[in-house]
Amino acid sequence: MTIKYKYSGRGYSSRENQALSLDKELLVAFYRDMLRIRRIEEEIESRYHEDEMKSPIHLVMGHEAVSVGSCSALKKDDLIYCGHRTHGHYLAKGGSLKGMLSELYCRINGCAGSRGGSMHLLDKSVGMAGSSAIVAGAIPIATGAALSFQLKKQEQVVVAYLGDAATEEGACWEAVNFAALKKLPVIFFCENNFFSVCSSLEVRQPANVEIYKKAEGFGLPGVQIDGTQVLDVYEATQKAVARARKGEGPTFIEALTYRWRGHGGAGDDSASGYRDPEEVRHWEQFCPINGLYDYLVKKGLYNAAEKDLAEKEITAEIQEAFEFAISSPNPEEKDLYTHVYSP
Amino acid sequence: MPWAEALIASKSEELPSPQEGRVLSYVDALHEALALALGLDPNVIVLGQGVNDPKGMFGVTTGLHKNFGIERVFDTPLSEEGLFGVCTGAAMNGIRPVYLHNRPDFLLLAFNQIVSHASKFHYLDNGETSVPLVSWAAIGRGWGSGAQHSQAIQGLLLGVPGLKIVMPSTPYDAKGLMLAAIADNNPVLIFEHRWCMRNKGVVPEGIYEVPLGKGVYRQTGNDLTIVGTSHSIELATQAMGELSDSGITADVIDLRTLKPLDEDIIFESVRKTGKILIVDTGWEMGGVCAEIGCLVAEKCFSSLKAPVRRIGLPDIPTPAGYTLEQLLYPDVQRIAGVIKEMV
Repeated sequence: MTIKYKYSGRGYSSRENQALSLDKELLVAFYRDMLRIRRIEEEIESRYHEDEMKSPIHLVMGHEAVSVGSCSALKKDDLIYCGHRTHGHYLAKGGSLKGMLSELYCRINGCAGSRGGSMHLLDKSVGMAGSSAIVAGAIPIATGAALSFQLKKQEQVVVAYLGDAATEEGACWEAVNFAALKKLPVIFFCENNFFSVCSSLEVRQPANVEIYKKAEGFGLPGVQIDGTQVLDVYEATQKAVARARKGEGPTFIEALTYRWRGHGGAGDDSASGYRDPEEVRHWEQFCPINGLYDYLVKKGLYNAAEKDLAEKEITAEIQEAFEFAISSPNPEEKDLYTHVYSP
Repeated sequence: MPWAEALIASKSEELPSPQEGRVLSYVDALHEALALALGLDPNVIVLGQGVNDPKGMFGVTTGLHKNFGIERVFDTPLSEEGLFGVCTGAAMNGIRPVYLHNRPDFLLLAFNQIVSHASKFHYLDNGETSVPLVSWAAIGRGWGSGAQHSQAIQGLLLGVPGLKIVMPSTPYDAKGLMLAAIADNNPVLIFEHRWCMRNKGVVPEGIYEVPLGKGVYRQTGNDLTIVGTSHSIELATQAMGELSDSGITADVIDLRTLKPLDEDIIFESVRKTGKILIVDTGWEMGGVCAEIGCLVAEKCFSSLKAPVRRIGLPDIPTPAGYTLEQLLYPDVQRIAGVIKEMV
């Protein structure tokens, strides 16, 4: 086998000789937030075999820069909707870790009351508005949320996260068309990781037709960015958000990234043969977290001692949250019957 | 919330289905319901392909955009799944969309959003989200409507938790059920019938609601119970008219709403008459007739004096040609024949 999908970005090389465009605080927060997501998922992964988290997980390892870079460009009352790979977006938007882990452990105080599981995390208090486990299902819903903001003359924007395979669904382009038509304040954020379950992009879409260019055909700006590079993600999202807030309409962002783990469950499944394990090793060299760390150290903005401290704080938070989730109560039979209809 | 106040005011009058007063056409009753809703609540929007055109969805929406603006009453792209999702997302964020379709057949394109999204979010989000949206479509019959413009799909949707399904038969109900549906905080599908839309009837002015989930006796009698909705119950009522000299009397129950189903009114009547005929515009197999027949057999078995009978459609697609179409659909004579057999 060979490496089919190579990293094509420039990482931080283009920025090394440039002056800083962002505050140190924000840059360090990017790092810490990405590290936190990674460590949370590693802990989930290490405990998954215990079979107590009875929920189909879809780990975001490798995608952290997308979640953190884009959510950092949003306000708390801006909304996000996503697909089945929810962990990163939920955490980056500020979703409660305890609520998330309780949900994975099927507890009654889970963020969806044990009705959603890993694929349906939500935290309305921070704008993590929902998700769909049907590919592309949430894209029109996010677009409808944007319509509500436009109708009510509110300034919020909405981000619809989608995968490369979602652009093979009609509903995706139906929503894009409508958003462009109405100039809705929505950002379509495509995380292109080249795989849908085990099906590679080459068996699903014609070669040499880039996804963001298809979006351009619908009359909205399309942009392709390095999805491993959090500053690029942040800046592209900021630009799209500004455009949306001004009433100029939607933007389609395609971030090239890579899924380090299998489609679902724990571990890297590339030994099963659908992709070369070397391809995973290749992308691991462009780790969004380590890349930013090296950049920050080179710029003199961060050091190993600060990193160690962050690691310790994150570990403590994670351990406490796991203990909270594990010791939380299970639902009871009466909980099955609530909220079928809204009063 | 303006709906609560408006509907409480109307409920306090306990309006019956009136026999005297202003007469309106069915279409005008629906038009008036939409105009009242748009006037009452700035969050109500009316959309669908052709709602702004001169024909205005059979006249149901004609001119509404002139009074309420094209931001709130607008024509849509032909993207049934996408737009149903847009309505869902808007409804989740405070808008009350009324999405109109010429025919239920087109809703089949939106099943992913109807079945897996709109009807699921309240439960999935543990009660934190409501989806107050109305979908309206008119079932066709005759003049070559054929296999793709005549489908009465209510039976396909009966088994979807979280949905409400409304099937009016009179102008009074059409208006009152439309207003109740718009006021409801759940996804409500209204299936109109094109032949009922030729009717005229007494329709009070102003806002009133016909409660969802409550059936009504159109006639009372002793020999059998006839239940159904929409055009079917209209035909059954006419069949009883044909039999007026025969001495046969029946409870004729218009269910008005199929989901939630008013089981109480059915059981009450069957316990009195001991016989039930179920009529429906959809297919007999696996549909409304099958469900109600099973319920009665399950819960009123000891009251039954004869087998449950049903008149719906055979397991055959609708042919477009006139002669075949006449053979497919039940008419007044066929229904009268079955009633005579049963008594």
